Amino acid sequence: MTLTSVPPSEPLLSVRGLVTQVATPRGAKTVVDGLSFDLDRGKTLCIAGESGSGKSMTALSLVQLLPQPMARVAGGEALFKGRDIFALKDDDLRTLRGREIGMIFQEPMTSLNPVLTIGRQLTEAITAQRPMTRAEATAEALRLLDQVQIPDPSRRLKQYPHELSGGMRQRVMIAIALSQGPDILIADEPTTALDVTVQAQILSLIRHLQKERGTAVIMITHDMGVVAEMADDVLVMKDGRMVEHGPVRAIFDAPREAYTRMLLDAVPKLGEMRGTDRPKRAAAPSAALPAIKPAKDVIVDVADLTVRFDIKGGILQRPVSRVHAVEGLTFSIRRGETLALVGESGCGKSTTGKALMNLIPWSGSIRVDGRETSGLSRRAMKPVLRDVQMVFQDPYASLDPRFRVGDLVAEPLVIHGIASGSELKDRVEYLFRRVGLSPEQANRYPHEFSGGQRQRISIARALSLSPKVIIADESVSALDVSIQAQVLDLLQDIQNETGISYLFISHDMAVVEQISHRVAVMYMGQFVELGTRRQIFEDPKHAYTRQLLAAVPVPDPRRERRLYDANVREIKSPIRPLGFVPQYNALEDAGDGHLVAG
Amino acid sequence: MISYVARRLLQSVLILVGISVVTFVLLYLLPADPARQIAGRSATAETVANIRTQLGLDLPFHEQYLRYAKGLLQGDLGRSYLQKTEVSTLIASRLPASLLLMAGAITCELVLGLAMGLIAALKRGSAVDNGLMLASFVGVSAPQFVIGIMMLYVFSVVLGWFPIGGYGTFSHLVLPSLTLGILGAGWYARMMRSSMIDVLRQDYIRTARSKGLKGRTVLFRHALPNAVLPVIAMIGIDIGLFMSGIVVVESVFGWPGIGQLAWQAIQRVDIPIIMGVTLVSACAIVIGNLVADLIAPFIDPRIKLR
Repeated sequence: MTLTSVPPSEPLLSVRGLVTQVATPRGAKTVVDGLSFDLDRGKTLCIAGESGSGKSMTALSLVQLLPQPMARVAGGEALFKGRDIFALKDDDLRTLRGREIGMIFQEPMTSLNPVLTIGRQLTEAITAQRPMTRAEATAEALRLLDQVQIPDPSRRLKQYPHELSGGMRQRVMIAIALSQGPDILIADEPTTALDVTVQAQILSLIRHLQKERGTAVIMITHDMGVVAEMADDVLVMKDGRMVEHGPVRAIFDAPREAYTRMLLDAVPKLGEMRGTDRPKRAAAPSAALPAIKPAKDVIVDVADLTVRFDIKGGILQRPVSRVHAVEGLTFSIRRGETLALVGESGCGKSTTGKALMNLIPWSGSIRVDGRETSGLSRRAMKPVLRDVQMVFQDPYASLDPRFRVGDLVAEPLVIHGIASGSELKDRVEYLFRRVGLSPEQANRYPHEFSGGQRQRISIARALSLSPKVIIADESVSALDVSIQAQVLDLLQDIQNETGISYLFISHDMAVVEQISHRVAVMYMGQFVELGTRRQIFEDPKHAYTRQLLAAVPVPDPRRERRLYDANVREIKSPIRPLGFVPQYNALEDAGDGHLVAG
Repeated sequence: MISYVARRLLQSVLILVGISVVTFVLLYLLPADPARQIAGRSATAETVANIRTQLGLDLPFHEQYLRYAKGLLQGDLGRSYLQKTEVSTLIASRLPASLLLMAGAITCELVLGLAMGLIAALKRGSAVDNGLMLASFVGVSAPQFVIGIMMLYVFSVVLGWFPIGGYGTFSHLVLPSLTLGILGAGWYARMMRSSMIDVLRQDYIRTARSKGLKGRTVLFRHALPNAVLPVIAMIGIDIGLFMSGIVVVESVFGWPGIGQLAWQAIQRVDIPIIMGVTLVSACAIVIGNLVADLIAPFIDPRIKLR
């Protein structure tokens, strides 16, 4: 197809009245409803919204890659270089994809074909619509990998996706998306699945490449911090419709719509707790918690906790290497306290939670309410485990779809033989009310609930045994910000009321700042810093803690945007050869119990 | 890789020892008396007893097995009771025909099954899809002797396209291969269809399309290799199915393979032949599975043999 060039005054892409529908058993459902916007050359438009707002469907509509055969564009036009994308024939669409519009998707783990090498997947994009020799294509692939800051590109070309980390895969995706020099790059939640430090690098890389090439970017995100960091213009969506559209500063400084304000208010902002000692919603200490004697203060006491997994191989399946997941952790959780564990993926924070739940083999010492659990038999462990309960990350995967939710909440009570008959029923009703659901909902199945409601059900299940500690492993990470705020409120309410303790495992520093009394920063299976919330957030001593805090996107468009950093930092692997003797970080007291690794 | 193969071979030897014991026990417990079979109905009790002593059938079970096992270790499968020939010679003369038949059947399975599954997946929900799935259902559920006889009737008797039975030329091979392969083709068609539908929904297919690749390229380069992975793993198991299938198919088509040999031996309680064919079949299944597992990493780089 021949494409006329666009006069500079006209927008590069002009979408008018886009309607996208998805076929459901109950008829067509409109997921994008009359959306209109313009995109100028070299600019970034962020489409922001919560899950189900239709933002991803908008992106997929523009390149006609909607899930087939359920979804289709039902109306509207998208003028790009004088032609309506929605009216293009298959062959013209194909040349549009890649050459005119490149795409990056959310999941770097599944977006690359597992059985083809990186080189193959990159060169086929380069040569998709430009005939060239194999040598030329390889040279171009190397140049692209170098541009997206992939170290040792010639080796990477021969590797398969599973040999690369998530951040590296996302860089490969960016290289693929930009390989044909498109005018528009559509990035659908490109950093949501990545750690904050990696996210910061990828975002600045996209900005850098955009500036160099003059590419226009449409960025789909739920994260207002990312919006502030990236956008020139913002379009806020809700239920398939546009709520508000304007320049980024206008949206952040003076949102006109109530929904936009709510969305911005619900975002936890790093630093907003500066100068306060207690968590955001915590009750005053005297009211909720009677003074407890210091000796009995501690509910969970962990010493030298170590978790290692062997990787087996060879004829006899003997261990060949070892994952040092957790190395010699010593810490305690006090009554009525929230201790947060923070760190990047693979640092051992979830493993620590699982060890406390006795879900994996561990060594060291874990005392729950004064009782040593190491070496206990299964039977003797049961009453101890009752005191420690867990709420998991994924509210969709952690509830058995074939059980009624009431039975799921009742199950722990039945297993431990605590209640039966009408007493059981009363207890379940109480728990449902406690987490803000109505008892009538107990007869329904998990799929009938939203993500936030399911997480409430998970909390009700965890509360059923009246535990003394709840381990919340990324329990609010999968939720939209408005729902996230409600669930955090609920957790804090329960703590105010019952004096329960939380081990709050999270990668989200802003959420951690709101909810925790004390914070432990983990790196490579060990603590690098441990202290009160104020010590960690207001006076971080360790370089790694500072790095983590600096990487968090701040929802403030006035803040200076991070500079492009040519150094790539990869998260290190905890896999070591056999016989590796770990070096323990010596934690020194920097004053008032603020422990910092030397 | 080498250590993986070594470990698998070691496991295989243990499996074969187990199979030889179990088969030997079952044949020992058989109510039929091989000595009586050899001697014939009119022979005296004394003659039968003589034959029994001669063959060592009067020894206690464990001594009989040890004698057999000792022979096995020296590569001796024993002598046929009735044909007075070494079992290994008999099997060696019959094996090529059976291997040829199996090769033909695997080809039919893969070509028919994969093609049917692929087309059904691409035309999902259409009449073509429904028709193909009905056909595969018939292939999976109809007994092989029925399919074999139907094929003979239609293609040999009525149409006269292929010979009615026998061995030697390519046209002799067609109908037996189809009959033996049709069960597997049905399975493969169903597996291929669901696996293809699943793969086409994956994110990397969307990525491939977002590059502006041709539909054909997306299908054959990105979707197909991922979709055939579960099917490859099935081929090893299939060889076990063939072993039961060839007994029927070879009898129907008069194919001179080990299936026919086994069938005749079972009728006459010729224990050494039954043992020999069973062990050879077991070897084939073990090797088939090993080969399937060794092929897998070439298609899927995520699979590491350890």
